[in-house]
Amino acid sequence: MPRMNRRTFVAGSTASSLALGLTRPSGAATAETEPSGPDVIDVVLSVNGAEHALAIDPRVTLLDALRDRLGMTGTKKGCDQGTCGACTVLVNGRRIDSCLTLALMHAGDRITTIEGIAQTGKLHPVQAAFIDRDAFQCGYCTSGQIVSAVGLLGEGRALDRDAVREHMSGNICRCGCYPHIVDAVLDAQKAT
Amino acid sequence: MNPFRFARAESTPAALGAVASGRHARFVAGGTNILDLMKVGVEMPELLIDINALPLRSIVRRGDALHIGALARLSDVAADAQVRAAFPMVAIALEQSASPQLRNMASIGGNVLQRTRCPYFRDLATACNKRAPGTGCGAIGGMNRQQAVLGTSDHCIATHASDLAVTLAALEARIHIDGRAGSRDASIRDFYRLPGETPHVENVLAYDELITGVSLPLLAYGGNSTYLKVRDRAQYEFALASAAVALDIANGTIRQARVALGGVGTIPWRSLEAETLLSNAPATRVTFEKAAQAAVAGARGYGQNDFKIALAQRTLIRALEMVVERQ
Repeated sequence: MPRMNRRTFVAGSTASSLALGLTRPSGAATAETEPSGPDVIDVVLSVNGAEHALAIDPRVTLLDALRDRLGMTGTKKGCDQGTCGACTVLVNGRRIDSCLTLALMHAGDRITTIEGIAQTGKLHPVQAAFIDRDAFQCGYCTSGQIVSAVGLLGEGRALDRDAVREHMSGNICRCGCYPHIVDAVLDAQKAT
Repeated sequence: MNPFRFARAESTPAALGAVASGRHARFVAGGTNILDLMKVGVEMPELLIDINALPLRSIVRRGDALHIGALARLSDVAADAQVRAAFPMVAIALEQSASPQLRNMASIGGNVLQRTRCPYFRDLATACNKRAPGTGCGAIGGMNRQQAVLGTSDHCIATHASDLAVTLAALEARIHIDGRAGSRDASIRDFYRLPGETPHVENVLAYDELITGVSLPLLAYGGNSTYLKVRDRAQYEFALASAAVALDIANGTIRQARVALGGVGTIPWRSLEAETLLSNAPATRVTFEKAAQAAVAGARGYGQNDFKIALAQRTLIRALEMVVERQ
């Protein structure tokens, strides 16, 4: 019997419910029975330097494509409405909330997720600083915090504690690790 | 989200053709508002038209105005050197809008059309004349702490949510609109519609028209401006009250002024009354208090939001003082 853990179970259940959701009525469509959704659409997503060809329902957000279609579960779904930042990814180097954009809108874009932050097996300075500063507790928001901080360093605006608090305000931490997160971002700023 | 068809427009005419295809269609740019509203079922388009490929992102001087493409992102406009020099109030308002991630996504055109954050508008289980005309207003007599005190009606008291639009009102921006019949401009003064008896009609944009850009007429004293936003927490929150102010001051006397309030109006609230009182008056606290009283002269509280009438005045006075201090 194949080994079953929580993630494989959840992934399997999700896949089957999505398949059900995509089942289309057969036979001639009338106004009332017209399929409620369009056909799936092909899209190629470039994630962490690799291209992935997908056929997806237009409703699939970039976040759901990453997690449920590509198995990159490092990017987290917190609020799913753009208020928590757990789903932060970089698109062409800029940080965005992947829950409020459709996967189909990102053909040709360069997408970087938490899985692509470390380079050649070496932790990114932000990742190392988060470990050094103990900048997390439960860890659910952490990948979003780290990707957002990488984006912030690229913007060159992590100048002092107040600036980091302001520019990291799109990432909520319900454990309240903000003081250590600010420390970590400032450390990483000095290291880069 | 309801199922929908998806189209990617490669040109403005293609986008305008797609929206007139007969299906209930919506344009998507940044997606931060429309996709959020689709998730909660407030918006249910049959067709979503991605307009991000349209060449509408530039920020350029055109004649005596600064033209901002509708698809420029909030973060790009906030960082633009021309905007920062000519209209500090715009850069400040944008930097205090939403979060860094959302500012990288949200477009200028979308922000102008941003829908209210009134909880009744977003909750399908409640009454809302803006979302479902004729069902009533849950906020009147309900949770209305965040809602408007200016420009309200018996049918709607929803606050306009945009910070940027408050500065556009103060700066007399022009909204550039493309339709299949051609192009037209609307003054920001005429663009937004008071709720009245039809709160679901929020502006003069027709269903099949597209905002292509916003122009800010250069203002000699635009550089002497600010935007002050008062909110429940320091970052990432909508305004309880805000003020966009520009002052032309010489020898302690205000020659001309621009004033608009946010967080308190059903539309971005330009106050010509305050501007008139400020003009040719000494730049003193007494003058500012008179102007602030005039700005909220017609305000009406609905219980929980009564405090906004005082807060709006204090916000405006403080904003005026900040501009004077910066001189």
